Amino acid sequence: MRIENVPERAIPRSASQLKTIAKYELTNYLRSRRFYVLLAITLIISGLLTAVVAYYRPSGFLSSPLGFYSSWWGLAVTYILILSGIFFGGDAISGEFQNKTGYFLVVNPVKRSTIYAGKWAAAFIASLAVFGTFTVVTVANGAYYFGLDVPYQFGLSLAFSVLYLISILGVTFFFSSIFKSGSISILVTAILFLFALPLTQSLVSNLAQMEPWFLITYGAEIIGNVLKDPYPAHIVTVQLGRVTFTTYNAPILNGIAIMAAYFLVCAALGMIIFDRRDFS
Amino acid sequence: MVNPSIEAVDLTKCYNSFCALSDLSLRLEGAKCVGFLGPNGAGKTTALKILTGLIRPTKGKALINGIDVQEDKKAALSTCGALIETPEIYPALSVKEALMMVAEIRGVPSAARKDAVMKAISEVKMEEWIDMKCGKLSKGMRQRVNLAAALISDPMIMLLDEPSSGLDPRGMAEVREIVKGLKKKDRLIFMSSHLLSEVTEICDEVAILDHGRLLAYDTLERLTSALSVGNARECEASFSRDLSSDALKEIGSTEGVLGLKLVEPRRLILSFEGGNEAQERILAKIAGLGVGLIAFKSSSSALEETYLRLVKDSR
Ligand SMILES: Nc1ncnc2c1ncn2[C@@H]1O[C@H](COP(=O)(O)OP(=O)(O)OP(=O)(O)O)[C@@H](O)[C@H]1O
Ligand SMILES: [Mg+2]
Repeated sequence: MRIENVPERAIPRSASQLKTIAKYELTNYLRSRRFYVLLAITLIISGLLTAVVAYYRPSGFLSSPLGFYSSWWGLAVTYILILSGIFFGGDAISGEFQNKTGYFLVVNPVKRSTIYAGKWAAAFIASLAVFGTFTVVTVANGAYYFGLDVPYQFGLSLAFSVLYLISILGVTFFFSSIFKSGSISILVTAILFLFALPLTQSLVSNLAQMEPWFLITYGAEIIGNVLKDPYPAHIVTVQLGRVTFTTYNAPILNGIAIMAAYFLVCAALGMIIFDRRDFS
Repeated sequence: MVNPSIEAVDLTKCYNSFCALSDLSLRLEGAKCVGFLGPNGAGKTTALKILTGLIRPTKGKALINGIDVQEDKKAALSTCGALIETPEIYPALSVKEALMMVAEIRGVPSAARKDAVMKAISEVKMEEWIDMKCGKLSKGMRQRVNLAAALISDPMIMLLDEPSSGLDPRGMAEVREIVKGLKKKDRLIFMSSHLLSEVTEICDEVAILDHGRLLAYDTLERLTSALSVGNARECEASFSRDLSSDALKEIGSTEGVLGLKLVEPRRLILSFEGGNEAQERILAKIAGLGVGLIAFKSSSSALEETYLRLVKDSR
């Protein structure tokens, strides 16, 4: 006699469910109007930069390869990362509640944390597509003026940008898991990244003369700083007559730590909140 | 094989001081269909949401096949298909893609996935719209896709919250047929509904809820007859052929029969007295007549009376 002991139905492991959710969520993202709007914004910024640099040939851009990448990249990359984070993460979780798409997914044998992570992965990949487009245009322009000899600092800056994107999406997902309405969570994250954080940073560092080590935007400055030669000093004091004025630049390791910490804390909190929230 | 079971233990859900569900204790076990009835706001959806992990109970436990949904939702729902309210589906996915996603999540092997999806789509008669984007579906079409999603992977337990809501009359009839078809397999179905005729036709047992409290849970027969002790009881008989007037006369003359109402040429409502004995005698009589009897069951008006009385009493 043969005894079969097959479980009723083997539900896939969470990792494989995560892949499934990310795959379909990404399909949904890549077909959304939002994705095309963001891509268009990125292409417009890239096009403007290309045209302005080609026409005016500003010396800051064209004196050295590092100067080129520093100016080009420094001008737009953080905005593109922030916009991606807001577009793809701003209502990722709140939308599940508000639009009731959660009722379709959550009643399945899948952990909520898997859904959260799958959606996060999809938002990350969609953002990478936009970010990648900007990177390609940047490098193409750099190659046109200076050949394919890309300074190694640009590689670092690229890696820090990806880390910044990861932490931005961590934060936007966290906010989207708090709010009930998608448009409010989008608005809150937009205000936070575009106004509140930069403003706080300048208040803290310029007025209070304190190091804003607790701000993600401060940590993210390593993206631009690494393209400066030499790397700016951590603490810079300038004597202006009788007042000393201090500015701060996050060292690379501090910057990495700040961004990683934002991501880890927000991801953990966001998952816990999503896991406990009622669909009602 | 394990017997499918759904269990609520002291299930309570309160919003501030208002309790949408109070100490619901209910155990459903075995292959059958249980109707879940109650007025608007009674707490039906609330109970089903707790059972599917959409909300957390304030107190109590929800178990599916003995597994606590709050503790291990993934395991508890592994053999469970659910449709709660009217979910939206990711708008840019096609009907087929949305269902493929569900099939993949639920572990339908990749070789069988496409067939499983096509089968579910044809069960809800959505073949024509299989490539349409979900964002463009009408509410009724979306509800069909949602039902298809619940059917995928042949779950042993189904939790359905007004599955035919938002559908046109034909759609409602189709859903009724689908759910009836689901019953044939060894499966436990727990379905909330406002359509008493649907419940009478499909369900074996009924749970009635009002103000978050369970008023009754019993078989359809016992519920309806408990109420009509001494009173007339109503049953509905269906036939495969039109009934002749001779046959009608013959049925009417059976002992205990109080009245006949031919609602359609092939559907007869009988009222009679004498409880189960009379019912048995009348059924035997009609079957013996050879007039094409194909079904004999308590009529929905009996359920309606029971329902109205129970719900009124609880006010
Ligand atoms: N988030 C919430 N906050 C406060 N009250 C709520 C919330 N969700 C539901 N309720 C209340 O809980 C009660 C039960 O609601 P529920 O949706 O379970 O009823 P129902 O039996 O499904 O009704 P219907 O037949 O109309 O679908 C209602 O009075 C409703 O107002
Ligand atoms: Mg309801």
